[in-house]
Amino acid sequence: MIPLSHSLVLGAMLFAIGVVGIFLNRKNLIILLMAIELMLLAVNMNFIAFSHHMGDLAGQVFVFFILTVAAAESAIGLAILVALFRNLRSINVDDLGTLKG
Amino acid sequence: MDFTLILFYVFGALLLGSALLVVMVRNPVHAALFLVLAFVTAAGLWLLLYAEFLAITLVLVYVGAVMVLFLFVVMMLDINLDLLREGFWKNAPLAGLVGALMAFEMAALLLRGSRGAAAASVAPPASYSNTKALGSVLYTDYVFPFELAAVVLLVAIIAAIALTLRTRKETKYQDPGTQLAANSANRLKIVKGMTEKSQ
Repeated sequence: MIPLSHSLVLGAMLFAIGVVGIFLNRKNLIILLMAIELMLLAVNMNFIAFSHHMGDLAGQVFVFFILTVAAAESAIGLAILVALFRNLRSINVDDLGTLKG
Repeated sequence: MDFTLILFYVFGALLLGSALLVVMVRNPVHAALFLVLAFVTAAGLWLLLYAEFLAITLVLVYVGAVMVLFLFVVMMLDINLDLLREGFWKNAPLAGLVGALMAFEMAALLLRGSRGAAAASVAPPASYSNTKALGSVLYTDYVFPFELAAVVLLVAIIAAIALTLRTRKETKYQDPGTQLAANSANRLKIVKGMTEKSQ
């Protein structure tokens, strides 16, 4: 049997890798989106581990909804990326200073 | 150590390795492909945790749809990689430090906190169907969130199309509105011509 803490530590390490990815690739929007996907995967891993170990299906239902929302998020994110690239000819985060925020 | 645990470690190592490569490789296409590997490995891990339906969903929805979308966009964009990579090694020490610290803190807490916790995870009986159980919960207790998820997907479809659709000037297309609004006045024009007088 897989102990609960092993799955949780795996999720924690995956989440940390996602954070490292955001630190490393500050300029590349595509890799930033991929790092967000990795962090969501880590969260889903925790939900499924808890669902298995507590014998409660609610965790898996939640993962189902997270998958739905994440798919919608990445579709819209990529659409924004394409629209951005058409206007700026670049996906560098540093070039996105139009609003001077 | 039983076989399941060995499989868990193998898949876990593969998952962490491919996730590290996702954030470290230079080419975004390779990063997307490593992300595919990470998702497939995660699906294997979910199978080990008896979440069969979600494992298959992860492969179908993520590897089959979302990652194809990623690859499509990555290959469509013509980007300057050198410009996007600058500052990578400058940020690396800080990133490694923060990441290692985060992983260490969470791992220490989790390994300490859940020691001796109820390890009552039993394998479900052979007649148990994860998909059936999930479906019966999803369509009864969670039917309203389920409908909301459908609305979220619809909004995503419309937003993605509305954001990327553009009409070019040179494309020829028919506008049904003007077609329907046409009347005889703007279809037929009667011209008074000069006719020769008949002799």
